[in-house]
Amino acid sequence: MLSGALIVVLSFAYVGLLFAIAYWGDKRADAGRSIIANPYIYTLSLAVYCTSWTFYGSVGRAATSGIGFLPIYLGPTLMAALWWYVLLKMVRISKAHRITSIADFIASRYGKSHLLGGLVTVIAVLGIVPYIALQLKAISASFSTMLQYPNTVATGSAASLPFLQDNTFYIAMLLAAFTILFGTRHLDATERHEGLVAAIAFESIVKLVAFIAVGVFVTWGMFNGFADVFDKASASPELNALLVQGGASGNYTTWASLTVLSMLAIILLPRQFQVAVVENVDERHLNKAIWLFPLYLFAINIFVLPIALGGLMHFPPGTVDADTFVLTLPMSEQRTWLALLAFIGGLSAATGMVIVETIALSTMVCNDLVMPILLRWKFLRLTERRDLSGLLLGIRRAAIVVVLVLGYGYFHLAGEAYALVSIGLISFTAVAQFAPAMIGGLFWKGGTRLGALLGLGAGFLVWLYSLLLPSFAKSGWLPITFLTEGIFGIDLLKPQELFGLDGLDDISHCLFWSMIANIGCYVGFSLWRRPTATEHSQANLFVDVFRHVAPGSGSRFWRGSATVADLQTLLGRFIGPERAGESFAAYARSQGIQGSEQIAANAVLVHYVESQIAGAIGSASARDMVASVVVEEPLALDEVMAIIDEASQALAYSRQLEQKSRELEAATNELRSANQRLQELDRLKDDFISTVTHELRTPLTSIRAFSEILSDNPQLDAEQRARFLGIITRESERLTRLINQVLDLAKIESGAADWHPSEIDMREVLEDAVAAMSQVCKERNIALELRLPEKLPRVMADRDRVMQVVLNLLSNAINFSDKSDSRITVSVTVEAEALCIDVADNGIGISPADQAVIFEKFRQVSDSSSGKPRGSGLGLVISREIVRHLGGRLWVDSTPGLGSTFHFTLPLRREDAAAEAD
Amino acid sequence: MPRLKPIEPAMAARVLIVEDEESILLSLEFLLGKEGHAVSAARDGAEALRLLEAQPPDLVLLDVMLPLIDGFELCRRIRAMPALAATRIMLVTARGREAEVARGLALGADAYLTKPFSTRELMEKVRGLLAAPRPPSR
Amino acid sequence: MNGPPLKGQRLVALFLLGCLLFNFPLLSLFAGSTRLWGIPLIYLYVFVAWAVIIALMALIIERKDH
Repeated sequence: MLSGALIVVLSFAYVGLLFAIAYWGDKRADAGRSIIANPYIYTLSLAVYCTSWTFYGSVGRAATSGIGFLPIYLGPTLMAALWWYVLLKMVRISKAHRITSIADFIASRYGKSHLLGGLVTVIAVLGIVPYIALQLKAISASFSTMLQYPNTVATGSAASLPFLQDNTFYIAMLLAAFTILFGTRHLDATERHEGLVAAIAFESIVKLVAFIAVGVFVTWGMFNGFADVFDKASASPELNALLVQGGASGNYTTWASLTVLSMLAIILLPRQFQVAVVENVDERHLNKAIWLFPLYLFAINIFVLPIALGGLMHFPPGTVDADTFVLTLPMSEQRTWLALLAFIGGLSAATGMVIVETIALSTMVCNDLVMPILLRWKFLRLTERRDLSGLLLGIRRAAIVVVLVLGYGYFHLAGEAYALVSIGLISFTAVAQFAPAMIGGLFWKGGTRLGALLGLGAGFLVWLYSLLLPSFAKSGWLPITFLTEGIFGIDLLKPQELFGLDGLDDISHCLFWSMIANIGCYVGFSLWRRPTATEHSQANLFVDVFRHVAPGSGSRFWRGSATVADLQTLLGRFIGPERAGESFAAYARSQGIQGSEQIAANAVLVHYVESQIAGAIGSASARDMVASVVVEEPLALDEVMAIIDEASQALAYSRQLEQKSRELEAATNELRSANQRLQELDRLKDDFISTVTHELRTPLTSIRAFSEILSDNPQLDAEQRARFLGIITRESERLTRLINQVLDLAKIESGAADWHPSEIDMREVLEDAVAAMSQVCKERNIALELRLPEKLPRVMADRDRVMQVVLNLLSNAINFSDKSDSRITVSVTVEAEALCIDVADNGIGISPADQAVIFEKFRQVSDSSSGKPRGSGLGLVISREIVRHLGGRLWVDSTPGLGSTFHFTLPLRREDAAAEAD
Repeated sequence: MPRLKPIEPAMAARVLIVEDEESILLSLEFLLGKEGHAVSAARDGAEALRLLEAQPPDLVLLDVMLPLIDGFELCRRIRAMPALAATRIMLVTARGREAEVARGLALGADAYLTKPFSTRELMEKVRGLLAAPRPPSR
Repeated sequence: MNGPPLKGQRLVALFLLGCLLFNFPLLSLFAGSTRLWGIPLIYLYVFVAWAVIIALMALIIERKDH
């Protein structure tokens, strides 16, 4: 019998130590000297997986089912081998999009859907609250065991105490305080909590050491090693049954479903997502964790069976609850300090879980449940509030308290109803419902919001009906006839023998039916109809994350034109003006800029701000908020991306419908190259570019409109579809051409273009150019003639550029030739100091007014008969720039109705000019 | 997930599209035609004025950048015609600048749409415009 | 971390091996009452297989490819 005061003081001292470690961890993090930035701490923090369920419950389960406790740890071991693909991808995506919870992740994957995020949060809260209750129950039970031993313990009798006399209540409140203090110290885009992680890692060491200490004591202190334990146990027929065939777990279906469940749990439990993904400092730490984490699980499980067998042999059958063997065995041998160590180990297992789980749930509740609703309630005018950071922290803190109070309430009401292991498995099965949407979303682009929503919903309902409600019935909250006779007395609907399926344990039964419903709806409704543009582009960003995002960066393309000040104010509203200032300063540093006043409001910044806000309120809301500031988008590159994505998608679908593959491929390639060039364009920061965007919008408008028409109207007949596809192809070619020209011009004007001057022979250049155009002229019935003098001096120039000018003038001439006897003449005259090249046509001509403007950017000469401009309007500007750069001149003579002649000169070198003068 | 609602015949309206870019014109014609509206098209301001006088439409989709008479001017002239008081005008502009939008709205346009537009947004705006009568004057 | 994809493939193969080892029917081979060094065979088998899997994981992860 131990003094109650000692145990209470010890527990509070232990939690106090956690406070100290967390405080130290936070201080070190603030000072930039992280203590958690190594793979070992990362692995230890992952071990938050091992809760009091492991610490006490494994022994209890082993005592009834032998080796049957193991699948819960073998599953994560197997999953660890897949982390290389699965978890790494989750981490990379989450870092790039500043995802801070599993709800956020799923919502973001399926087009930033509020509804989906809310549903995931609700499932998580309903599924996890009992699990938190389980931890509180374990703390309470271990308290009373320590206090009342050797009086046989009716576990959890504390649940019947009024809560003010119940130590568990105070522990729960202390944990709430801890979580609030270190979990919501400030809002931060990364949502990382270094101090907290340090404390969790410490707890993992404590529980491992404590458990192994008890194991060693039992195995070698009370017995003579493993063989002795088993020898003695096999003497008793009941115990021998545990050793053969894995005891009651001879049922391999149960074994397999528990393995699968725990495989999923290790990546889908909110607390695991929190430590493995959100708190991850460096994705390389994952490497070592792949084998270190299974090793931890291995170590903490070695002594489970010896302790269980030892307890069963040591105590008369039925006198001591097997869940308490870890405590009662040392107590019975008068090893008080060892018992206290075990008690602290159990406490650490429970508190670690409660802390991390609570913080993960509170982030979800705030970001995916409360904030979207508050932001929607316009009368609150939240979108106009200057500083929302206080509100956000308040919501998080309230959520933490509410989650813990819910857990405590559940413990108080249901603590007696079910054994520890059952509650844990109910939670595992709940979070397993995230698996299709989550894992499907990582690897399958076809999953849609509708599919995810209905899949999750269906799986959740089956879980509710076949697992949670029956547990209520077993607790006496529902009439037991619900179980025995089914709802409304319908036999086929018996919750744990759905449609007459019996012979499975309740967990396997629920897992089977819920996964059928979940995966069925997810896949079925995803295939029901095409993903929308947003879904499609998010799917691309997630599934192809390794292609889009380099390690450690989060680049996405979005050119918006909000001012820097607007963005900073916006950010300040969510994380507080002060931190927003710091954040902008950090951004400036990362961009290699001196101060924040020099920051350019470009795509990178907008994305940066969006992701910072996403950390505070979730990605779906963040997008809405940033969009509210970025009103004007001269060239929204992500819009362009989305359009291009959608266009390629429309093309891909149509390709399956008809075999016009060559043309379509060409269009897709055009779009791809347009996309690449656009990114290049984005880098050339130039005023000029903003004037270009208007020109880009025209082809984009057609591409987008027809892509959407093709997407939305699958019933179009083949002829019409081919026509619309043709337009998309043509317009994407036009877009590409335009972008290339813009780039070209921008380069020439900025002096960034490469010039390769060499001595060139104009005769050869002109002959090549005329040859290149002769086919087009033949098709249009235009006579093309080249008149060259016998002797042509060579000039110094860039051959490709000169060729570009000549081709440009020729295609211009061709475009303006509309007569039946059209004729184009290219001639050269040698002047005193220059060659003069003339390109003459007898087409419609250019009016004197137009002659003045054709060399301005994007001024096109309209064909008066149709009002339709021809060409992009940049060819002449580029040609003039090239000629000017080469030291010559480009001009036009024209008589409307009779034709135009474009002239350009290329200077001769001195000696050539002199030779010519002789 | 806004899906296009089924066509309600009562909503069928006369729509004039003024747009000089052939492919955009074609897409607008298709989209509005599919909703059951009677669509006519003009490629420049002069043609638009002829069609406007011949048969007043319920809605004009007006490109701003037109040769000769531009969208703003056309907008001003429509508003000066008493016969067209009930005609709704939606500007379709490739320049999302606020100043331009404001100018268009000041000249009497009822709505505007920025290129490149989402076809769904377009149809929602058109539906919205046609559902409510034009306020007397502004 | 993107390193040689071989590493990823090895881990997937190990995952498949683990699925095989820790499941029916292989498990049932060891479910008798035989004991080796005094330890029940099934218990010994699962823990040894587990240890081997972890060791292989460590080998795959820590091995420096060229």
